[in-house]
Amino acid sequence: MYDVAIIGAGVIGSAIARELSRYQIHACVIEREEDVCCGTSKANSAIIHAGFDATPGTLKARLNVRGNEMMDTIAKELDVPFTRNGSLVVCTKDQDRSGLDKLMEKGSANHVPGLRILEREELIKMEPNLSDDVTCALYAPTGGIVCPFHLTMAFAENAYDNGVSFYLNTEVTGITRSENGYCIKVNRKEGVCSGTPLDPGTHTIETKAVVNAAGVYSDVMNNMVSGQKLSITARKGEYMLLDKSAGAHVSHTVFQLPGKMGKGVLVTPTVHGNLLVGPTATDIDNKEGVNTTADGLDYLGKTAALSVKDLPLRQVITSFSGLRAHETQNDFIIGELADAPGFFNAAGIESPGLSSAPAIGEMVAGMIAEKYALEKNPDFCATRKGILRPETLSLEERNALIRKQPAYGNIICRCEMITEGEIIDAIHRSLGARSLDAVKRRTRAGMGRCQAGFCSPRTMEILEREVPMSMFEITKNGGKSKFVVGQNKEI
Amino acid sequence: MKAYDLVIVGGGPAGLAAAVSARDHGIESILIIERDKELGGILNQCIHNGFGLHTFKEELTGPEYAARFADQVRERQIEYKLNTMVMDISQDKKVTAMNREDGMFEIQAKAIILAMGCRERSRGALNIPGYRPAGIYSAGTAQRLVNMEGYMPGKEVVILGSGDIGLIMARRMTLEGAKVKVVAELMPYSGGLKRNIVQCLNDFDIPLKLSHTVVDIEGKERVEAVTIAEVGPDRKPIPGTEIRYTCDTLLLSCGLLPENELSRSAGVELSPVTSGPIVNDSLETSIDGVFACGNVLHVHDLVDYVSQEATTAGKNAASYIQHGKTKDAKIVEIIPEGGVRYTVPKFVRPTEMEDKLTVRFRVGAVYKNCAIATYYDGTLINKRKRPVMAPGEMEQVILDKSKLAEFPDLSKITVRIEEA
Amino acid sequence: MSEIRDLTCIGCPLGCSIQVTLENKEVKEVRGNTCPRGDAYARKEVTNPTRIVTSTVRVSGGKSIMVSCKTAEDVPKNKIFDVTAALKDITVNAPVHIGDILVPDVAHTGVSIIATKNVEKAD
Repeated sequence: MYDVAIIGAGVIGSAIARELSRYQIHACVIEREEDVCCGTSKANSAIIHAGFDATPGTLKARLNVRGNEMMDTIAKELDVPFTRNGSLVVCTKDQDRSGLDKLMEKGSANHVPGLRILEREELIKMEPNLSDDVTCALYAPTGGIVCPFHLTMAFAENAYDNGVSFYLNTEVTGITRSENGYCIKVNRKEGVCSGTPLDPGTHTIETKAVVNAAGVYSDVMNNMVSGQKLSITARKGEYMLLDKSAGAHVSHTVFQLPGKMGKGVLVTPTVHGNLLVGPTATDIDNKEGVNTTADGLDYLGKTAALSVKDLPLRQVITSFSGLRAHETQNDFIIGELADAPGFFNAAGIESPGLSSAPAIGEMVAGMIAEKYALEKNPDFCATRKGILRPETLSLEERNALIRKQPAYGNIICRCEMITEGEIIDAIHRSLGARSLDAVKRRTRAGMGRCQAGFCSPRTMEILEREVPMSMFEITKNGGKSKFVVGQNKEI
Repeated sequence: MKAYDLVIVGGGPAGLAAAVSARDHGIESILIIERDKELGGILNQCIHNGFGLHTFKEELTGPEYAARFADQVRERQIEYKLNTMVMDISQDKKVTAMNREDGMFEIQAKAIILAMGCRERSRGALNIPGYRPAGIYSAGTAQRLVNMEGYMPGKEVVILGSGDIGLIMARRMTLEGAKVKVVAELMPYSGGLKRNIVQCLNDFDIPLKLSHTVVDIEGKERVEAVTIAEVGPDRKPIPGTEIRYTCDTLLLSCGLLPENELSRSAGVELSPVTSGPIVNDSLETSIDGVFACGNVLHVHDLVDYVSQEATTAGKNAASYIQHGKTKDAKIVEIIPEGGVRYTVPKFVRPTEMEDKLTVRFRVGAVYKNCAIATYYDGTLINKRKRPVMAPGEMEQVILDKSKLAEFPDLSKITVRIEEA
Repeated sequence: MSEIRDLTCIGCPLGCSIQVTLENKEVKEVRGNTCPRGDAYARKEVTNPTRIVTSTVRVSGGKSIMVSCKTAEDVPKNKIFDVTAALKDITVNAPVHIGDILVPDVAHTGVSIIATKNVEKAD
């Protein structure tokens, strides 16, 4: 019997789990994918918004600004790469600049610090590659960029280390009310995963309280227990990621004045030094529809050129798409259901969800702590070490490390210069990597310009040896995404 | 800090031939740095035959060709380090490298030869829309899995791109029991050698669809189907021409790119056409004493030409080490025109060059019954008929030092494709 | 009865276009080749086509788990799959050196499979 079961190990579920682990509680997280951070959390703009965009008074506005505020502490405690690079919302000569004033007013109402409107002369000194049509911009110095994988993994690892169970590869198939709370029917899928062990097959997890952080499926979870139905639309956003050689094309996050379908196309450096262009915004009726489209990618290039000139689109190394969980009410839906006590929603978390995640964690954990009068966990450890990046060490420190652990002297991913030591760390740490994508998200091995062409066979060898697991169990990202299908001449 | 006269970055066919040549021209202190566990580079996974007809007058497989040069390196007791990654090259020729045993270390070189080879264009770089399931491999990754590790990446295969690696893998996968359903090629001609169309596709009745590209990839976890469509002259898909193939694997063989990240960070000037360094007649880059050869310089069709080029680079690096920088000499630029995409080298020093200089290039389209014409300023010097020229194959012209000497005021050399 | 067959020579990377004139299944004329290898290839290709087959076999106790190999000479084209099938269950012991015979008379072709790579014993 758990006190709380959180459905979904995206950034929201993981943030809530970490905040709950500050209390004396028996909690678990249930995730249908083989790793944390596999849904909306892995495919988004990787932005910590300043918070000027949301309508004042909404949860989006309040939690975004609070989340942004919390990021410095979180980045330090959890060793997550985060940079306040500042953001610009640019206005072009055929746009009405009063749109910027309105944004600035909203920002002030939301208590976003440091907002200023800059004219072209000053702007072009800060960001020389802005398009010639840009006349002015709203500057938000608190805007930042973060690695969403690392942020989610950091929350999850820290929660796990503080005693929260993680059932990965485990899909929720039903939720029913019980005498003391809820019975969650789950199916543990076949396949290798880390976290809390469970035999493949169906199980029932009993819990006093449930947190619904199921992303685009949070309406499905809600509607199993509540008469207050939710309706989540998957809003697809396509992105293009450019090589690090293009990473310095802009230094701030460059937004366009928002339109009807969200925030428009942004151009931003990533915290790892790439350049990201996106997203599109297309409502689709398939909650698994993470395909990219020729039209979408075409649109990105054309639209981004309105704000940033000479974009080196030949340097695109990959494109991807993510789904935002858009709820009809157009705000985050957070709180306990009136008709289902103990069932807490963290639903409809679309943009600025990543930015708000720390604050959502705090808020939901606070509600639960209050309702169940939880006591502080005296053993809670707020810190977590990320994967050691040898490149951050001095030459002496680096050589000392290699003498102790020679794997740190062996480069596996030549594009991102990732060593065997880092991959071994990614495998053996809490909630460690068991698939190629899981290794990639943790270490960046395979995320560079050759897109794992050279390193995937070598990463597979390391997984085979270290987990250990058979070559035929190794997947790209769980399920049937096997990498090899047999030995030569055997298929 | 350790010091060597010559450091060669890469122990593939280019690096090995360059090392042998430099030693044979009198350089004792040579170090080859190779990132893989053995010498020979990508040739080790190219187990098919067809290598070495020019160099050894017999048909060898890739590993055999590599072994011949590796043996020459060992016979000459040239030093090499395996499993060692070069992390950085500085403008003043300090090489930073790393491996398990030595950690991270610096070497001061008098001269450097860049021989890092090339990599394949990835799916992302091709901007192919669709899902991102498992089962999409570059042809070279599949080649390594099958030939070196003994694992099959899939059973039912569609191949995009008719580069040689794609053609070779169509046969290889077929021989290992897979079904290759189609090879689609964006261009109206194949990017590979004609003989590979015959012996890799025709022998096994694998259809080649020219002017076709992939327009959709289905399957969330593993590839389930690939749709291709015909493209028009603008290379955009023509609606209504889609053909869907159920399959579990998509191999990409859509071109190779010289790997010049190290060169770029060292400050070597690169050509936007080849993505390789811009070099003069001695294959020296924009940095004195830094030379380049093989696929890092420009992507070759035949390894024999890589070996020839590397031999030249090794000899010139030796001369640089022995005699120092050549005095400022007159430089003449070679201008590619009328279908010639680029030339290697780009610059010629008429007073310093060899008696005969091979200038290699590729054409931008298929030319039938045309000629390669060379002009010194406005004067036609040479016109050589070629029945067929295609972008998949390298072409060459030979420049004659004595002829160039007749043009003391020469301002440019032009190489162009003309009607025969 | 006379028949003309168009071939692309696979003897070298030039890939010459060759025309073979056959009369009553006998080669009367070979045109388009630029070397004697082309002539020989064309005559064989229309009467008894052959290929070198390259493949891999497993190695035990070596620094690599696979060793590349080839038929020492051409084998009939219609025997290609018999040759690869015969290699399915072959495992050889390290060390293996280039030219070592791994399988004599593979698939009753009279041709041996020889190693094309050196695989030394594992340390």
